[in-house]
Amino acid sequence: MLLIHCPYCGQRPELEFRHGGQAHVARPADPSATSIDEWADYLYLRENPKGLHAERWRHVHGCGRFFNALRDTTTDVFVSTYRCGEPRPDGGSAR
Amino acid sequence: MQKFSAWSLLKEAFGGQQGWQPQWRRATPKAEYDAIIVGGGGHGLGAAYYLAAEHGLTNIAVVEKGWIGGGNTGRNTTIIRSNYLFDESAQLYDHSVKLWETLSQVLNYNVMFSPRGVMMLAHNVHDVQVFKRHIHANRASGVDNEWLTPEQAKAFCPPLNIGDNIRYPVMGAALQRRGGTARHDAVAWGYARAASALGVDIIENCEVTGIRRDAQGAVAGIDTTRGTIRTRKVGVSAAGHSSVVLGMAGVKLPLESFPLQALVSEPVKPAFPCVVMSNSIHAYISQSDKGELVIGASSDAYNSYTQRGSMFINAHTLAAICELFPAFRRMRMLRNWGGIVDVTPDRSPIIAKTPVKGLYVNCGWGTGGFKATPGSAHVFAHTIAHDEPHPINAPFTIERFRDGRLIDEAAAAAVAH
Amino acid sequence: MNHPLLFRTPTGGRVDRSRTLRFTFDGQAYQGYAGDTLASALLAHGVHLMGRSFKYHRPRGLLAAGAEEPNALVAVIRDAARRTPNLRATQVELYDGLIAESQNRWPSLAFDVGAINDFLSPLFPAGFYYKTFMWPRQAWHRVFEPVVRQAAGLGEPPTLPDPDRYAQRYAHCDVLVVGAGPAGLAAALAASAGGGRVVLCDEQPELGGALLDEPASSLGASINGQPASRWLADAVATLSARPNVTLLPRTTCFGYFAHNMLSLNQRLTEHLAAPAPQAPRERLWQVRAREVVLATGAIERPLVFPGNDRPGMLLASAARSLLNRHGVKVGSRVVLVTGCDAAYITALELQAAGVTVVRILDTRPAAAEHVTRAALAAGLMVSANVTVLGTSGRRRVTGLTLARLAATGEVSDRESLACDTVLMSGGYTPTVHLFSQSRGQLRFDAAQQVFVPGVSAEREHSAGACRGTDGLRSTLDEGAAVGAAAAFAAGSRGVLASYTVQALEGSLRGQPGVLPQPGSHPPARAFVDFQNDVTSKDLALAMREGFESVEHIKRYTTNGMATDQGKTSNMNALGFVAKSKAITVPQAGLTTFRMPYTPVTFGSLAGYDRGDLFDPVRPTPSHDWAVAHGVVFEDVGLWKRARYFPRDGEDMHAAVDRECLAVRASVGLFDASTLGKIAVVGPDAATFLNRLYVNNFSTLAVGKCRYGILTREDGFVYDDGVIARLADEHFHVTTTTGGAARVLQMMEDYLQTEWSDLQVWLTSTTEQWAVIAVQGPKAREVLAPLVSGLNLSASELPHMALAHGHLGDIPMLLMRVSFTGELGYEINVPSGHGQRAWEMVWAAGQAYGMTPYGTEAMHVLRAEKGYVIVGQETDGTATPDDAGLSWAIAKSKADFVGKRSLARPTMLATGRKQLVGLRTVDPRLVLEEGAQVAATPNQKVPMRLIGHVTSSYHSAVLGHSIALAMVADGRARIGQTLYVPMPEGEIPVTVTTTVFYDTAGARLHD
Repeated sequence: MLLIHCPYCGQRPELEFRHGGQAHVARPADPSATSIDEWADYLYLRENPKGLHAERWRHVHGCGRFFNALRDTTTDVFVSTYRCGEPRPDGGSAR
Repeated sequence: MQKFSAWSLLKEAFGGQQGWQPQWRRATPKAEYDAIIVGGGGHGLGAAYYLAAEHGLTNIAVVEKGWIGGGNTGRNTTIIRSNYLFDESAQLYDHSVKLWETLSQVLNYNVMFSPRGVMMLAHNVHDVQVFKRHIHANRASGVDNEWLTPEQAKAFCPPLNIGDNIRYPVMGAALQRRGGTARHDAVAWGYARAASALGVDIIENCEVTGIRRDAQGAVAGIDTTRGTIRTRKVGVSAAGHSSVVLGMAGVKLPLESFPLQALVSEPVKPAFPCVVMSNSIHAYISQSDKGELVIGASSDAYNSYTQRGSMFINAHTLAAICELFPAFRRMRMLRNWGGIVDVTPDRSPIIAKTPVKGLYVNCGWGTGGFKATPGSAHVFAHTIAHDEPHPINAPFTIERFRDGRLIDEAAAAAVAH
Repeated sequence: MNHPLLFRTPTGGRVDRSRTLRFTFDGQAYQGYAGDTLASALLAHGVHLMGRSFKYHRPRGLLAAGAEEPNALVAVIRDAARRTPNLRATQVELYDGLIAESQNRWPSLAFDVGAINDFLSPLFPAGFYYKTFMWPRQAWHRVFEPVVRQAAGLGEPPTLPDPDRYAQRYAHCDVLVVGAGPAGLAAALAASAGGGRVVLCDEQPELGGALLDEPASSLGASINGQPASRWLADAVATLSARPNVTLLPRTTCFGYFAHNMLSLNQRLTEHLAAPAPQAPRERLWQVRAREVVLATGAIERPLVFPGNDRPGMLLASAARSLLNRHGVKVGSRVVLVTGCDAAYITALELQAAGVTVVRILDTRPAAAEHVTRAALAAGLMVSANVTVLGTSGRRRVTGLTLARLAATGEVSDRESLACDTVLMSGGYTPTVHLFSQSRGQLRFDAAQQVFVPGVSAEREHSAGACRGTDGLRSTLDEGAAVGAAAAFAAGSRGVLASYTVQALEGSLRGQPGVLPQPGSHPPARAFVDFQNDVTSKDLALAMREGFESVEHIKRYTTNGMATDQGKTSNMNALGFVAKSKAITVPQAGLTTFRMPYTPVTFGSLAGYDRGDLFDPVRPTPSHDWAVAHGVVFEDVGLWKRARYFPRDGEDMHAAVDRECLAVRASVGLFDASTLGKIAVVGPDAATFLNRLYVNNFSTLAVGKCRYGILTREDGFVYDDGVIARLADEHFHVTTTTGGAARVLQMMEDYLQTEWSDLQVWLTSTTEQWAVIAVQGPKAREVLAPLVSGLNLSASELPHMALAHGHLGDIPMLLMRVSFTGELGYEINVPSGHGQRAWEMVWAAGQAYGMTPYGTEAMHVLRAEKGYVIVGQETDGTATPDDAGLSWAIAKSKADFVGKRSLARPTMLATGRKQLVGLRTVDPRLVLEEGAQVAATPNQKVPMRLIGHVTSSYHSAVLGHSIALAMVADGRARIGQTLYVPMPEGEIPVTVTTTVFYDTAGARLHD
């Protein structure tokens, strides 16, 4: 069971959280203006890196807030967690 | 290929076992192949075998970064069935079951396919409705699947608790008698041996580090830890690592990799005659020929390549097993392990051409790829050989996500109301 | 007593000789002492034969004294339901009345028919089953597999439900110390001295680890000037007295997971003769530790030579442990074969206890000078630089043949020794299982020829023999240093200590692999994995057949896959493979260490999650009332929902017909509290809902309700429900019963991460409201007297309107909504008043023949009206238009979640499945839900199918069956005849619209 640092509540066990998929995937401002390929990318295409991954968690059985985390998918070590809206701390790519 | 039989065993018994030959040749990479399969699991080795056996491509290689069969092929719970809901899926998986039925004879390698019956338990009214829909659809398309009352389910699997002293009593079951299990390692080794005998080079400890493209963007070769190899066709069959390998050619697929765990008990004398699955409460169980109860757990929720999951996932699965089979509460977990499953948004695989010419992919099997091994390998070989999908895998394209033509078995089954 | 205690020392050991315990093994009565294990008590009687091996059914005795024991597996039977197979006799603590049985033999342990396999073993080399049993095709499954299965397996499985209870708990600590040998005790003392919370666990009943093996006599070690046993007692007493220390004996740390989460299995009652009936048998501890100290010791390796597996052949460490802990001599005439200095100490102690040590055979040119000197001084005879060519004896070893083997392969000085016991020592393997599970990187120590911890992955420290540290003083000092460092790292204070030790010790080093043998294929089998009967020949065969990787060799031969998971076999196999291929051990590779360290009972992992506690039960406010009225429940998610209320022996169909007719004719009562409810509040609430739902909520007036549909971004129907506007900035959103949590999650997701500029607050109110549906033409008359001050007339409170008021004295939100097509109300009251409100309405309804109805009747009533159930009509691949709900989509909105996807060409193409009604020609025939629909009759398999039946019922009010179905281009097929193929024959059906009853909707607006 992972130990996750909620930026609002501190360290809590994984059971209090729900994983929310890749972070920094913004919904197109005007979906109707997107091409079918752009829209498919938004719907389905996610990063699946072997290494650092920016992902979302929600502290669903705590404060209820979504936040982002940078985790190494080869070790499950969290490099950092940060609030929504903040940039990815390692300056890594955000789509 | 050295013939395996009772006779060969007898002969070697008197010869001190000195006459056995390597089951597959230890190959070193050539400068060029007509096609290369990346990934030496059952799907990849099988594709190489069918390319050689059915499409006449023998100047081909399988490159594997570790040892063959060491990924999900050697880590799954070996359940084989084809009673899927959608016609596309049922056709694909049933193609596979039919190949399973003769695979030992075709490969001259006992893969121990054991059609012991796969029983899926219904625990609520919604399960009953969904399973009956499966049964009717399967029957009409020629895939066996039948409804059992709780009493019939108990007769088929005596350890099953059909009493109402459990939280979610068994309300019935869908049984596919042709379903069962097979010996996972033997599938990899059997395909490797047969492919090697047809001239396929099986190259272990050879990790792909790059995919080379020509000026037109088509595949020109691969870079590996054992050097660069030229080829015009690359078939990627890399399971949890598909995203990583395809990324080398700039191809992004809608895949995410999650940890999936399984475990076995200590071996005991025969205690469990079939395969039982309960999707509602996450329990998957059979007994291996060695006597171990083989139990599948659900996957963790986050992407990971660690091949390790959380303890509470196993605990939940064992709680479900103990409810359904209360005598097993006293059994003991011997070994637990994790695999990496690559999952698509609709939980169905991709067996298709990619936007890069000469690059083909077979991935996205999620938690259920073992059962499809021969069928998937067979149609993937066809796709690579003809640069066109086989009719069976034609629906399993990458483009289906763009178009919304999902083959969503999970959504069709799992929506509660 | 049939078996006198010939092999018990007159005094000594840690057993309590004042407490004699009786037990049986295979029906034979024996006795032992408190503090014995089953193994030690049997050996005290000279009984070595305790088991049969897995494949060849070879007679086997004890090999080891601890968790690594591969041979002596037994079943312990307390009663019919408490039968536990595959227990190691070395770990079964003796209690009075213990009943144990041997396994994998028939008819008896001494005479086992299965031993025929041993004579046929040339036919059964590694992997033989991959090469045969293939003809004819069906024969594997029908003939051979059942035989293989019957022969395989070890113990008999339990067959009755396990009546025992299992406990679980979580714990946090600063430092978790695993292993209470010298390193672990020193670590725990140092780590806890400054007040930090320390948990110390050990798999054995008594803390002390290797210190328990020290003799009490002058031969034993002394620590800080005291005998080791005295120091141990003081250390344990000190730790016990510290309130910040938790001592857990009989507790195996079996799993090391991410972020320093470790799992411990504590055995609570298995050692007791008569456990309290309700006492938990085991407890699972899940410990989150700031720092972990691994002090897990080392396991001795057997030597691999022909005939190394006979009863009476043990590890030297086992003999030492049996002597010093249990006062048991392993035999009368002992030969020690060793490649490790530490075993010399065992020989000296045995000799001092009166055992004849026939010879020490050292496989090396020489042992360390000090142990050789000690052996010679004690009068022991040592032959160095020898190998063992073979042994004799079937159910007990009777002799051994040794020889010198020159590098040329030439054999000389062949000699046979008579003995009843052979002790073996190939050196010690550090127990790095947990370190490896933590994903730390192992490092190969070439000097010691073992893997030791290298780079840590977690906040963890190893100390003592598990780290390759040799010698008691170094072990204690290292334990103390690591314990203090761990406490410091955890933020508390550690106190360093240093120790003085006096002891005669031998190094733990040895050489893993197989003893050299003359010739290329030795005549007899040398066992590497004892339990699974893997010999060096099998390993050689696997390599000959091209299995290169150690993982392949393991899987092909099954080496290391027995219930001991290779604790005594893996390093020897690795040494053999490396030597055969002329590579180093790390080049050969290492198989992965997997959880659990030793087997763990399923029940302890399942813990409290059984029966009703398997999942929480969510009862509705009318639950007790419903039980009193004979309800049959159904499980929907966690909820218990009333399914129907049978009267006087009615079956479900009769009850449902009656309930439906009552609603149509008069009035029915239904508990709708399970519907999800979310309060959407704030200045931007309407905007927010507009962006999410397909409908327009800006135009919904305060005091009105609207049916809302939610799609995902992919355009497929996700949820539905009535949404009420309670105030300008307050919406009461209802969801499906199963959808409540995921809809709230989806709302929070969009609100927090996409539209965080919106001022909206979301609150789950599902549990706050009890919802009582009163449905039927008499609903108004029932309610009117209860809701003083409210005008329920159709003009004042029309369909889809709401009102605030009181039901008697209970504050109420009254919504005029209907899922039946009848005049209907949903009374929302605070949950705490739910049951009382329910009973008030029930009492008022008696005059109108009010009937409670359940989900089955609800399903029929709504199907008669063509109302869809998300998850039944829709299946995650249906758009609103597919489900006939496109009328709900606000076409004027520029965007909503899912709108872009609905504009994709495939969503608009022909051929999509659409919801329609079906009528059978025979009005009594009810189609089966899930049945398939074909456009043309008499198709052969595989058929071309165009749809399926989603809902199907007998409609009592209409007097015929009705069905809803999703059919390709269904709306264009209305009036056509389609076909439902069933096993019993084809059923023709007519396609209709989806509304079967009151098509004009007059009753709804009554």
